[in-house]
Amino acid sequence: MSIIEIKNLHKYFNDLEVLKGIDLKVDDGEVICIIGGSGSGKSTLLRCINFLEKKTEGEIWIDGEKVHEKESDINHIRQKVGMVFQRFNLFPHMTVIQNVMEGPVTIKKMPKSEARAIAMELIQKVGLEDKADEYPAMLSGGQQQRVAIARSLAMEPKVILFDEPTSALDPELVREVLIVMKDLAKEGRTMIVVTHEMGFAKEVADRVIYINEGRIAEEGPPEKFFDNPEDERLKSFLGQILV
Amino acid sequence: MEWILALIDSIVAFFLTVFKFTPKFIPGVIATMELTFFSILLGTVIGFIVAMLKLTNKKVIIKITDFYITIVRGTPLLLQLSFIFYGLPSLGIEIDRFPSAVIGLAFHNGAYISEIFRGAIESIDYGQKEAARSLGMTKWQSMKRVILPQAFKRSIPALGNQFIIAVKDSSLASVITITEIMLLTRQYGAATFEIFPIYFIAGSYYLAITMVLSKLLRKLELKLKVNER
Repeated sequence: MSIIEIKNLHKYFNDLEVLKGIDLKVDDGEVICIIGGSGSGKSTLLRCINFLEKKTEGEIWIDGEKVHEKESDINHIRQKVGMVFQRFNLFPHMTVIQNVMEGPVTIKKMPKSEARAIAMELIQKVGLEDKADEYPAMLSGGQQQRVAIARSLAMEPKVILFDEPTSALDPELVREVLIVMKDLAKEGRTMIVVTHEMGFAKEVADRVIYINEGRIAEEGPPEKFFDNPEDERLKSFLGQILV
Repeated sequence: MEWILALIDSIVAFFLTVFKFTPKFIPGVIATMELTFFSILLGTVIGFIVAMLKLTNKKVIIKITDFYITIVRGTPLLLQLSFIFYGLPSLGIEIDRFPSAVIGLAFHNGAYISEIFRGAIESIDYGQKEAARSLGMTKWQSMKRVILPQAFKRSIPALGNQFIIAVKDSSLASVITITEIMLLTRQYGAATFEIFPIYFIAGSYYLAITMVLSKLLRKLELKLKVNER
């Protein structure tokens, strides 16, 4: 069953058409990596799925429901769609564990003791149990991003969107975040990852999508995608970044 | 030799007046503190509500709040206070002296405080709101749990500044005959002609109040800063 289905998605910023008709189906348990040059619309696509950007045209179905852009609808849908940002966006006035508990306590009205237990488990999972009571400012970028992943997991989303999760990190901190993401993929989590980490895409993705100028230019399993691309622009794009 | 005696004489006279009149200011000091306290409290509430209204982005509401801020910022406080106490009765609205002063000062403070809050809220990184909303929070939940706690902390220095201005502005309530420090100063000054020591006492009281207030605010600021590097 598909968790996400996007039909003919268009997005304009004023007169600029950023997405020019995207069709995309994501099945339960699938890991999809989206690559593309800057300005190609890959982040915009992700943000449309979470309604941080309002689509101009098209349909978005999530977990079998067509989403109407009503406030209450969107708040409900967002609980099913987790998001991890490039700049982490942890809440700086809360400790690590408070960050992770925040969603369940405020949105799901879960009792604090229960939320704390769940949060602690997730923090252990991302390997930060000794940092649970620290504030985000005391953590490295890689650690902050792992907390952000735990925070989104706490809402038990059906799918997690990653918007260039390692692009703001120092090179030596990228690995620890990718390891956590690999573990999630192994557990069978549905993930859509916008990334420049080709190694990760090759190893973890079930399907890789190349977006160019607002359209899906090529998609396929990573072996074919990387070793035998058809689209000329993808070839030159891969040539540029794989050196 | 004589001028030294004269100097000692006037120093003694100065201290005698200071000792005599310092306790006589107490009721005025209490009135000043009451005025300041209530006008800051009410002004902060008004400021918060106006800032929230302004962030609704509804055109009509923004017009109204802008009108309020323009009036307050564009006219002298002295005039505003006189207008409420002496002007409004001709519209049939009669408010007692003390509430008039509190309302006038609070309206005045509220306009400035609303701008402080709005600036602080708008200074919070947009990613914070996105992170909160992407978890599934409503607009109000993300405001209450994520934006406001950070914005409040960020607004404390400017807020403290405004509170200190509020202490000093309360002296204008003397024009509607509230017996606070400034009114007593003028009365005692006129009665004794000992202008220098009387005004010296008044200045010292204001200075003491504002210094204690800024110490407290500084403490609050440091206390809230613990989670920042």
